[in-house]
Amino acid sequence: MAECGASGSGSSGDSLDKSITLPPDEIFRNLENAKRFAIDIGGSLTKLAYYSTVQHKVARVRSFDHSDKDTEQDHEPPYEISVQEEVTARLHFVKFENTYIEACLDFIKDHLVNTETKVIQATGGGAYKFKDLIEEKLQLKVDKEDVMTCLIKGCNFVLKNIPHEAFMYQKGSNPEFRFQTNHPSVFPYLLVSIGSGVSIVKVGPGSWETTGLCSALLSTGCMSEPCQAQVETEDRFEWIGGSSIGGGTFWGLGALLTKTKKFDELLHLASRGQHTNVDMLVQDIYGGAHQTLGLSGNLIASSFGKSATADTEFSKEDMAKSLLHMISNDIGQLACLYARLHCLDRVYFGGFFIRGHPVTMRTITYSINFFSKGEVQALFLRHEGYLGAIGAFLKGAEQDNPNQYSWEENYAGSSGLMSSSPELCPTQRPRSGTFDLLEMDRLERPLVNLPLLLDPSSYVPDTVDLTDDALARKYWLTCFEEALDGVVKRAVASQPGSVDAAERAEKFRQKYWNKLQTLRQQPFAYGTLTVRSLLDTREHCLNEFNFPDPYSKVKQKDNGVALKCFQRVIHSLDALGWEERQLALVKGLLAGNVFDWGAKAVSDVLESDPQFGFEEAKRKLQERPWLVDSYSKWLQRLKITVE
Amino acid sequence: MGAGRLGAPMERHWGVSASSVREPAPGGPDGRRREPLRRRANSASASAVGASASAEGVRRDRPGSYSGATSASRQRVESLRKKRPLFPWFGLDIGGTLVKLVYFEPKDITAEEEEEEVESLKSIRKYLTSNVAYGSTGIRDVHLELKDLTLCGRKGNLHFIRFPTHDMPAFIQMGRDKNFSSLHTVFCATGGGAYKFEQDFLTIGDLQLCKLDELDCLIKGILYIDSVGFNGRSQCYYFENPADSEKCQKLPFDLRNPYPLLLVNIGSGVSILAVYSKDNYKRVTGTSLGGGTFFGLCCLLTGCTTFEEALEMASRGDSTKVDKLVRDIYGGDYERFGLPGWAVASSFGNMMSKEKREAVSKEDLARATLITITNNIGSIARMCALNENINQVVFVGNFLRINTIAMRLLAYALDYWSKGQLKALFSEHEGWCDRMYGRDINMSATLIRFFRVILELLEHSLSY
Repeated sequence: MAECGASGSGSSGDSLDKSITLPPDEIFRNLENAKRFAIDIGGSLTKLAYYSTVQHKVARVRSFDHSDKDTEQDHEPPYEISVQEEVTARLHFVKFENTYIEACLDFIKDHLVNTETKVIQATGGGAYKFKDLIEEKLQLKVDKEDVMTCLIKGCNFVLKNIPHEAFMYQKGSNPEFRFQTNHPSVFPYLLVSIGSGVSIVKVGPGSWETTGLCSALLSTGCMSEPCQAQVETEDRFEWIGGSSIGGGTFWGLGALLTKTKKFDELLHLASRGQHTNVDMLVQDIYGGAHQTLGLSGNLIASSFGKSATADTEFSKEDMAKSLLHMISNDIGQLACLYARLHCLDRVYFGGFFIRGHPVTMRTITYSINFFSKGEVQALFLRHEGYLGAIGAFLKGAEQDNPNQYSWEENYAGSSGLMSSSPELCPTQRPRSGTFDLLEMDRLERPLVNLPLLLDPSSYVPDTVDLTDDALARKYWLTCFEEALDGVVKRAVASQPGSVDAAERAEKFRQKYWNKLQTLRQQPFAYGTLTVRSLLDTREHCLNEFNFPDPYSKVKQKDNGVALKCFQRVIHSLDALGWEERQLALVKGLLAGNVFDWGAKAVSDVLESDPQFGFEEAKRKLQERPWLVDSYSKWLQRLKITVE
Repeated sequence: MGAGRLGAPMERHWGVSASSVREPAPGGPDGRRREPLRRRANSASASAVGASASAEGVRRDRPGSYSGATSASRQRVESLRKKRPLFPWFGLDIGGTLVKLVYFEPKDITAEEEEEEVESLKSIRKYLTSNVAYGSTGIRDVHLELKDLTLCGRKGNLHFIRFPTHDMPAFIQMGRDKNFSSLHTVFCATGGGAYKFEQDFLTIGDLQLCKLDELDCLIKGILYIDSVGFNGRSQCYYFENPADSEKCQKLPFDLRNPYPLLLVNIGSGVSILAVYSKDNYKRVTGTSLGGGTFFGLCCLLTGCTTFEEALEMASRGDSTKVDKLVRDIYGGDYERFGLPGWAVASSFGNMMSKEKREAVSKEDLARATLITITNNIGSIARMCALNENINQVVFVGNFLRINTIAMRLLAYALDYWSKGQLKALFSEHEGWCDRMYGRDINMSATLIRFFRVILELLEHSLSY
């Protein structure tokens, strides 16, 4: 019941869409190196997944053997940098409207050079409908995968691999998007998939190793038997309930009431309506803002209650809004009841009803907050639309075991949240603008939490949240914009032998500049915006144009100099008394960070005064107390440990 | 409520004029008005406040608040302190859509009392008891009349009258014109309108309302009715084989050990209460998808104008043309999730398609609306029962009046999804076309509310 149905959409205007030309470089990237495919065809959107290998340069560091040399006298760099060609794996996901499906399949067929795969994993309600077309066009055998299994595999994958994947949405608050930092214990969780109907699924190991009430219910047979889906315990899930009042109800009933045929248009109507004209509120019954029952007067007592008592005509907008509230409230209420029964406090929402629409995220969040009194969190996923495709792909790639690697979202190749939000361009979207992309790079080793961290789940490495702090955001975005010229220059200089370095560097400039502009408009596009994510984005863009590390030479030189000073610094620290040494260490730490911050002021200083060094930086530090000064407490703690 | 409402329409609605006097139909089933009433009012009493309203754990305070009492009204309150309240005995239940008025007509009036009875009181009694219709919207449910009832030591008949809530201003105006305030009486009232119209009663009619907590009233009413039974039969019943119209049987349920019970009151919206004892209960949650939603959507989708009409259409329709079933998607049962093929996967899901929209009838739409609302109430009630660890669920409220489809659906849904662990119970007074007895007793749902109003009125009066 997840994302099935929506038979009403596919039929419109097939003929005119065949003529569109796709901008290939931007959409089906690296298709010539594509290895394996999966597809998820929903009611109105198709999501294509493929795996490709990417060859690109990497700067590798190799240390010399220094054992028989006196480093003090040595003018050679401390290590060697070698630029190598490397092949890495990348996952590509492309989302487009079903109307483009034939054009896209044609395009893929034309550009697919040589792939060993004979099978394409397919899921979603439309998989059956388009089966013949896919087999005919791609000459691949369609392997149908279960919708819910794919959805959950995909959900686990993004939650594990993509930082700031899940977010809470609070309309009108600042920021509207509040991203969840990676949670080491996401399991078990509740997934509410709102397709034409609603499925409520409990996911994760222990999804039926339940406690207390829950196990009592199991033994009395009140709950359906768990279904073991996968060997992987995290991919286990249990369908615990559902509702027939879902996206299909909004669409179907909405079409009947308003004569508006399209789902997005219905949502647009709803976003302009006043539900109080159609719904009977508590105050309509009690008069005024009555509080005796503990109910606020603005609450809906009876959805569509006013349409029964008056002979009035109701506007389409008002009816659509009332319908949206009715359905969102109902889903939120059921989700809360299930969450409570299973002792869970996090509920992820997905399905075409949500699909990143602010208006539905808003009403669902409101309902969850209302019914759970804030005890349950309504969470949405940045890549909600891709879950099925990701899951289907993973199903087909089980022998490669993608779960043993870590994956990283490639900011250069991903469109970001709301790239095609109907709210931003409600009526006619430009045709080519309806393509949304996600790319993920495989890291050769899995990422784990630093074992020294006391509580990895509460550790946030970024000190400033630029999504939150508008002033800081403006400052840093401007900072990165102004630094862009320098980076481009440095990139060209880092590859003196290359003939096209200048051209590639220029492309990099354009790409990164555009990303910065997107982030000005939508700071939430790639999760929480931080200085680190801005740097990562820059790195991804540089990598895309084959600049593995423009700063490698600079770093090599700096590290060489640092190593030369190292012994001297150690000696001078050793010469100090214990308490003096602690202060010197902290000052050194702060001074070092002055360089590392890469702040504009520092780079100005460095450019005007090449002699500016560590000692100068230490002298520039302001006297205690510092802006945030917990030195005394730190010292106190150290003393206790020493004793 | 515009000022114009208080003027001319009043006489039309409530005037005691000879022309509006009709012969009262004989009591009993044959005298019942069969013709659906041409108005949009009958949907359900709206006091069950719905969805977005969950005042969990709010214990109700003792009802009966007199606020802003004038000295005149204080006198009337004083009069309540006597053992027996003075006539007339009225009780009002003012819902979001419908006002239910209960009136006790004493039949053991002594000659002395007759002598003393003031003229206005006499005219009220004559007017109310000699009519079955009041103006164009007021109806006396003759078939509900309880004869020879002993209340507070007085013998008499209990009359039940209903009219749409939007005629409330006219009613208050009549109270003023008839000089109700001179009768040393107290209007006991419950329902949301007791709050909404309190000020109007006071300023226009000089009438002090004694507001009674509706949830308190509801629970006491149900327990009372169950304790006295109805026509010598059990008040509570359940369905055996609700899915099978041949084998479906209505069986009495002994509610001797009623606690804990989950009480689902379906009016315009739905309130769900967990009842642990007569005085210990809490509102668990509610939903805004209730009787008002069914009737409201039916009006929009089919153009019907009465609740009866909507139900009648629903009884003839086929919801599977409108809804998308599990079998429409999976070709049969979806065994992986234990979902039977007949289960609704998406309410109104087929209406996403233009061709299917054009192929459905109004009856189909009415049926689908009824099924959608009913299933949803059943689903929420089931989850609440699980969360509260209660296994008997009593469904009451005007939505279930003459609504066999909904009752059987609730019974079936609760039984199926709980694998027999939960039992859906209904109250005899919600109305039920009793085929077993070959006659249509059709007790109105409003009775249960009338009962609790009159009960509260008396209990309240006596407690002073």
